[in-house]
Amino acid sequence: MARRPILGVFDSANSAADAGDGLRRAGIPEGDVDFLTDTPYPEGAFGEREEPHRLYIFPFLGALLGLTSGILLTSMTQVAYPIVTGGKPILSIPPMAVVCYEGTMLGAILFTVLGIVFESRLPKLKAGLYDNRITDGYIGVLVNTEETQHSEVEAAFGQAGAVDIKRE
Amino acid sequence: MQEGRVLSTREINRDLLRSILESPRWFWPVVTVLGLILLVAAIAIGIMVNRGLGVTGLNRPVAWGFFITNFVFWIGISHAGVMLSAILRLAKAEWRRPATRAAEVLTLFSLMTAMIMPIVHTGRPWRILYWVFPYDFARGIWPNIRTPLVWDPSAILTYLTSSTLFVVIALVPDFAVLRDHTTGIAHRVYSVLAMGWEGNARQWKLQIVAGVLLSALILPVFVSVHSIVSWDFGMAAAVKSWHSTVFAPYFVVGAVHSGVSAVAFALILLRWCYGWQDYIRHEHIDALGRLLIVVATGWFYFLVMEILFGMYGREADELMVRQTQFTYWPYNFWFILFVITTYFIPVALWLSRAWRRNLWIMSLACISVNIGMWLERFLIIVPGLINKQMFTFVWADYRPSIFEYIIIGSTFALVTLLMLLFSRVFPLVPLYDVKEGDVLRTQIQIGRRTVPATFRED
Repeated sequence: MARRPILGVFDSANSAADAGDGLRRAGIPEGDVDFLTDTPYPEGAFGEREEPHRLYIFPFLGALLGLTSGILLTSMTQVAYPIVTGGKPILSIPPMAVVCYEGTMLGAILFTVLGIVFESRLPKLKAGLYDNRITDGYIGVLVNTEETQHSEVEAAFGQAGAVDIKRE
Repeated sequence: MQEGRVLSTREINRDLLRSILESPRWFWPVVTVLGLILLVAAIAIGIMVNRGLGVTGLNRPVAWGFFITNFVFWIGISHAGVMLSAILRLAKAEWRRPATRAAEVLTLFSLMTAMIMPIVHTGRPWRILYWVFPYDFARGIWPNIRTPLVWDPSAILTYLTSSTLFVVIALVPDFAVLRDHTTGIAHRVYSVLAMGWEGNARQWKLQIVAGVLLSALILPVFVSVHSIVSWDFGMAAAVKSWHSTVFAPYFVVGAVHSGVSAVAFALILLRWCYGWQDYIRHEHIDALGRLLIVVATGWFYFLVMEILFGMYGREADELMVRQTQFTYWPYNFWFILFVITTYFIPVALWLSRAWRRNLWIMSLACISVNIGMWLERFLIIVPGLINKQMFTFVWADYRPSIFEYIIIGSTFALVTLLMLLFSRVFPLVPLYDVKEGDVLRTQIQIGRRTVPATFRED
C-alpha cells in the first residue's frame, strides 16, 4: 500500500499538541509526523521527536579546507612573483598569516551554510502537502503514512479540533 | 525589557510586509532624489577618471585623503551589524529581535560602499584588473604579493561573504511567508528563494543552531576586519605616527561606536518611515543608548592612550603630528569638534533615561557620533601625511576639491538607497524572530509585581 501525506491544520499550539498525542495513541510512528509552524517553538512543545543533526562537523571540515587553500594560495603566489623586498625571504610566513586566517574562517562559514542547507533537507524541489495559513499562525500536522491509517489520522485530527484536513 | 503588546501573527505579517506589498507615497520620490545624487556623483567620477586624480586635492605627500577616510568610515559602520546581531544572539538578549536584520543589512551595504572607495581612489579603476588577474613581470609591472594591502581585500571579502550568507540564511523562513502572501511573478521568485521551506521542527532547530554557530564564527572575522584596516596604517613604513600598538583595538572599538550609533539612527528612521512603533520600541533605542555609553567610554580610553603613548616616546615625527592636530588651523578646530561630537555631546545625552527614549535626541546623538567618527579617520590620515617634519620641501597641505565632496556625499545616498530598495523586496525586521519573541513571552506574578518571564530559546 502506498504512503500518502495528510495534513491537519490547527489554530493553536495546544490543539496541535493534542493531535500529536492522538496520533501516538493511534500507533502512528513518530518519524512519520511533522509539525509545520511559522516560528520556532521550544523543542518538544508538540511532543515531537528529537531531531539529531551533524551540523557541527561542517565548520571543522570547512576550516581545514580553507586553511589549506589559504596556505596554498599565499605560498604559491609568493613563489610565482619572486621579488626580493628589503632583503627578506621570498617565501615569508608573516604576510601569509592574515590571508590564511581569513581563508580558514571563510571556509568554516561557507561549509556551515552548506551544512545548514543540507541538514535542513533543502532545497526541496517538489512541493509537498502544505497550507498557506501556516505562515499566518496556524499549525500544520503533516503525517506521511500508509493510506490504510488515514482514517485513524483523521479521527485524531478531528478529536483535537483541526480547522481543516487536507490530502494530496 | 518587554514593553509593547503581544501581536497576532496576522498583525505581524500585515505590518512587517507592508513595506513590500505596498509602496508608501514618499518612496519613489525619495528614491528618485537619491538616484539623482548618485547620477551627479557618477558624472564627477567620470570627469575624475577622464582628467586624472589632479582634479582632487590629493598631492604628494598627501596621497590618501577623503576617499580613504570614507573607506575607513564605512568599514566602521559595517561593524554594527555583526556586533549587534551576533553578540546579542549569543547572549540570547531578547531585545535584539527587531534590530538584527536592519543591522546586518546595514553591514552589507556599508561594506559594499566601503569597497567602492579604494577603487575610486585609484583614479584608474580598470587597473584593479592588474591585481585581480596574474600580471607578469615581462610587462614591466612588479606586483608585491606580500604587501599588507593584500590583507584588506581578503578580510573584507570574507566579511562580506559571511555577512551576506548570515542575512540570507535568516531570510529563508521569511521568504516562505512572502511566498505564501504573494501571487504571480513575485510568488514564483519568493518560492525559489524559500527553497521549499515548510517550517518543520528539524528546519527550525537548524535555523536556531545556525544563528548561534554563524554568530560565533563571524565574530572573529568582524574583529579581524577593522584591525586589518588599522594595519593598512600600522604597516606603512613611511608614516611614523601610524605605528601605535593600540591601533587595532582602537579602530575596532571606534567602528563599533560609529556602527551601533548608525544602527540606532537607522532603526529610528525605519520606525518613522514604515510606522513600526509596535516593533522598534523605545525600549530598544534605550537599550542601544545604554550599550553606546559603554562602547563610547571604551573608545575614549583608547583615544587618550593613543595620544599619550604616542607623545610619551617624544619622537619628533609623532610630536609633529600631534602639534598639527592640536595647534594648526583648521586641524585644531576639527580635533575639538571631533572629541566633542564623538564623546561629550552624545554621552551626556545618553546618560538620561528620558533622553535615551526621546527619538529626536537619540537621532541627534547618533548623527553627532558619526560626524565625529568621520573626522577621527580624517585626523588620523591627513595630519600623518602632510609630513611637517624633516625636510621642508616635502611639506604639503590638503584641500579637498568639489569632486571629493560630491563623491563622499553620494556614498550616504547610496547606502540609504540600497536600504530602501532592500526594504521594498525583503523584510527589514525578521518576522519569525519577532513571532518567536511573542510565542515565548509571558508574565508571572512575583509578590505584588507582575514581571516579564521569557523562556530562552535553546
